Amino acid sequence: MSTFYFIAFLSIFFSILVITAKNPVHSILYLILTFFTFTIHYILMNAQFLAIVNFIVYMGAILVLFLYTLMLINLNKESEPVKPFMVKVAAVFGGGILAVALISSLKSLGVSDPVVLKNPELGLVKNLGKVLFNEFLLPFEVSSVLLLSAMVGAVLLATKDKETKATI
Amino acid sequence: MELADIAIKFGLIIIIFLISLVIAMYSTYAERKIAAFFQDRVGPNRAGPWGILQPLADGGKMFLKEEIIPTNATPFLFIVGPSLAILTACIGSAVIPWGQNMVIGGKVIPLQVTDINVGILYIFGVVSLGVYGVMIGGWASNNKYSLLGAIRAASQNISYEISMGLSIIALLLVTGTLSLGEIAQQQHGWHWNVLYQPVGFILFLICAFAETNRTPFDLPECETELVGGYHTEYSSMKLGFYLFAEYINMFISSAVMATLYFGGYNYPGMDWVTAHLGPIAGPLIGTAVFFAKIFLFIFFFMWVRWTIPRFRYDQLMDLGWKILIPLAIANIVVTGVVITLLN
Repeated sequence: MSTFYFIAFLSIFFSILVITAKNPVHSILYLILTFFTFTIHYILMNAQFLAIVNFIVYMGAILVLFLYTLMLINLNKESEPVKPFMVKVAAVFGGGILAVALISSLKSLGVSDPVVLKNPELGLVKNLGKVLFNEFLLPFEVSSVLLLSAMVGAVLLATKDKETKATI
Repeated sequence: MELADIAIKFGLIIIIFLISLVIAMYSTYAERKIAAFFQDRVGPNRAGPWGILQPLADGGKMFLKEEIIPTNATPFLFIVGPSLAILTACIGSAVIPWGQNMVIGGKVIPLQVTDINVGILYIFGVVSLGVYGVMIGGWASNNKYSLLGAIRAASQNISYEISMGLSIIALLLVTGTLSLGEIAQQQHGWHWNVLYQPVGFILFLICAFAETNRTPFDLPECETELVGGYHTEYSSMKLGFYLFAEYINMFISSAVMATLYFGGYNYPGMDWVTAHLGPIAGPLIGTAVFFAKIFLFIFFFMWVRWTIPRFRYDQLMDLGWKILIPLAIANIVVTGVVITLLN
């Protein structure tokens, strides 16, 4: 349990650093660390497959792309757009309302009952695969079609302009 | 877990770590000797007999050189970059089965640090993490060439990871397990996976070249265009770490290829040898065979480096996205159809 609290503390700590870091590249690096702590959470919950997939997909692919994009954009202090005063006031106002909503929802929360899994080995790859391909086959296949259509859409958007051929 | 087991695991980790480092060190020597052979030169021959102490001399030079951190670099990340590169290179060896279980005094000693049931995915995760060392180092140097090298490395690794993953999926259809220990056991004797997955092996081999940034895929450090690529600003042992990480990666990916496709520690006639030589010498011969396969792969890496010129960047991307990925998908489909028909 103490391991959980320590890792949970690290997750929250790094995610706060993501927001407060001045340099966008640094905040992405903190985000990577946050995702790494999530991986440890999954391992603590005996979900090895989810842990390693989180590791490969989020840390190894998506955040590399984030980092890639941010490194290409020149985000200096000089080029940062100065927001007008009214926008800042509106932001403070909106943030305050969100805080009120969060606090009120927190107050109405009770301590949940601990969830007892019927099968504690559910997170292992064999059991997860059986569940996915028996009980949830249709949603699983539909989501793959969704991903494919998103991919095709992205390619279509990128090659819309036939005049300028993308060269790196 | 008993104390003795922990001690054995610890000893195994230390031994594997030392072997990785020594092999990486002597890979640099082998690389130079092989290059010399290919170019009809002599190669390093001054330090010790046949230049055998050359890696030590190189290491000493690396350690003693002046350490320079550029003024405009981000100092912390500048140091994190090479550290991460060498760290990710070293942790990959944890799931590789180095040999059959040894029996010493009635005690079974597995020659594998840990046999987690998602072993292949672990290797894959470590590989995908490897790009961070290059990216962080290249960005923190605050140098155009370094940044370009880092960006090239990132896009190249992501592109080739896809076809690497797809080629592994076809292999998993054949083996039916994700654990490297079980995959090695299944290839007992002559049943090497390369016989069932030749296309998958070639895809994996090409992707391994791309992931380790070896020629013809060494565009991240392409010296004719980018000075030194991502390690342009590095000096002393930090540069040494980057170069060293490349050789360790080469060793680990050779070990992975030997395990996945070339039977790992299995060789024809191994049952006979184990029966005649006992449960200690038998597995050790298997380990020796495994290392022989690894060295063959390392030699192949070097052979290709001194034979094939570097790709152009668009050729690299075309090969990755338009040839390897469709081929890998076709390989999965064919494998799936054949397995369904045979069952």
